[in-house]
Amino acid sequence: MTDLPETTERKLGLVIDLDTCVGCHACVIACKGWNDVAYGAPLSDQDPYGADPSGTFLNRVHSYEVAPEEGPPQLVHFPKSCLHCEDAPCVTVCPTGASYKRAEDGIVLVEEDACIGCGLCAWACPYGAREMDMAEGVMKKCTLCVDRIYNEHLAPEDREPACVRTCPAGARHFGDLADPESAVSRLVAERGGMDLMPEQGTRPVNKYLPPRERDRMPAAPALEPVAQEPRGFLGWLDRTLDRLPGGRG
Amino acid sequence: MHPAPSLLIFTTLSGAGLGFLFFLGLGMPAPTGWVAFGYFALAYALAAGGLSASVFHLGHPERALKAFTQWRSSWLSREAWAAVATLTVMALYGAGLVFFGTRLAPLGWLGAALALATVVTTSMIYTQMKAVPRWHTPLTPALFLTIALAGGALFAGESGAARVLLIVALVLQLAWWVRGDRRFAESGTDLGTATGLGDRGRVHSFEPPHTGPNYLLREMVFVVGRRHAMRLRFAAVILMAILPLVLLLPAFGKIGAALAALVHLSGVAVSRWLFFAEAEHVVGLYYGAR
Repeated sequence: MTDLPETTERKLGLVIDLDTCVGCHACVIACKGWNDVAYGAPLSDQDPYGADPSGTFLNRVHSYEVAPEEGPPQLVHFPKSCLHCEDAPCVTVCPTGASYKRAEDGIVLVEEDACIGCGLCAWACPYGAREMDMAEGVMKKCTLCVDRIYNEHLAPEDREPACVRTCPAGARHFGDLADPESAVSRLVAERGGMDLMPEQGTRPVNKYLPPRERDRMPAAPALEPVAQEPRGFLGWLDRTLDRLPGGRG
Repeated sequence: MHPAPSLLIFTTLSGAGLGFLFFLGLGMPAPTGWVAFGYFALAYALAAGGLSASVFHLGHPERALKAFTQWRSSWLSREAWAAVATLTVMALYGAGLVFFGTRLAPLGWLGAALALATVVTTSMIYTQMKAVPRWHTPLTPALFLTIALAGGALFAGESGAARVLLIVALVLQLAWWVRGDRRFAESGTDLGTATGLGDRGRVHSFEPPHTGPNYLLREMVFVVGRRHAMRLRFAAVILMAILPLVLLLPAFGKIGAALAALVHLSGVAVSRWLFFAEAEHVVGLYYGAR
């Protein structure tokens, strides 16, 4: 049923550090690489080597410039994927029950065999986290690498989402946000983790850590100008040129 | 939002068809025999034709039956049930009129109520979308209902009801546009809340995630159709309400009334184009667009 669970035992999700992300897009590639051969239909591309390439991605990295009232603007790289919302509007609109939120860990998934490809869930998501696969006609979204995190065939350090495992900057963290003692919950508490579009009422599980305050250079007093008037040879040249027709002299 | 032709045809035709079935259900008119067959055939062509067009919107139409399962939470699923219930009840009611010359009035009333319920479920699919502020208002179901009823009255030949409903539809349409133009700003969602960075300064999109287009941009950030919005609004008002009102004047007779229904439908199609094309999804903010 596409009713949402009242509560979930755990709230697995990501914490993304906007202070640390360097915008390298490695998470985008790792995500596409893993999910191309894993859960459900592969993530297809259309016209990949042609003039108008496009394709299905579950994670995309935007870059924003934030211009404060005073001081220099700041560039913020901004990875965005499914936020596994507690009040996920994408789940309740689904007419077939293909979209669901798991009661045990809060992951929002699509059962692709039941998806009719109506696209309503993608409309309902304010974050653009769902994309219709143009080759398969079914909805694709971040699975939080559900086929990695519980996978006992993988080494323990690999049992986390591909994007988190690959991030070279350590800007992505994975864990249980329902447990106040978990590393991700502590990060959120310490760094003021925030929700995206809180006014949409989706109660996202994923949190974003804001960029830290930048150091400010103290305003140094301006130095006296070293040379107001040319002297020596340059002085002579200056005076001579001024005497010519059209000069200042 | 992308104005998919299948959705334009679906909402335009099925709205009018269900409005037509509403009036037939009330016995306005209550023909019998072959005349009744003609009426019901037209109403079913509009309603069922529109509904079947919506199936072409699906990525997997062969799984469409699964859409009946989630009526507890999904308006699309409720719409499927309401549509099938309406068409079934009205088929029985119509069979009574066509083959037995008897009008089973309570069955007609039930069918009429179901027809209206179907229009409401259709409109709620859009109204529930908080991510599309322009749609997220009680005026949306009101507008869908009056347009469906006005179209139904025109096809049913109920000129008196049609005149009133066309005027109400006109007023609601204008109110919906005036309100809709402010809805995005009122929603409080902007790039500041979308990124959580709004309290640090003015946020603007520096570079998009990919150089090419993607599904989200094609589906939710369809800006091309807005280019002639004002002219199209003007055309919609003229075709949907004003010209049909003129054609309903007694001087134009039966041909005028028939033309009024067709002109009205074309106006509703323009209005529906704008309904989708002008609807800004909040995800556009992430791309520095609306």
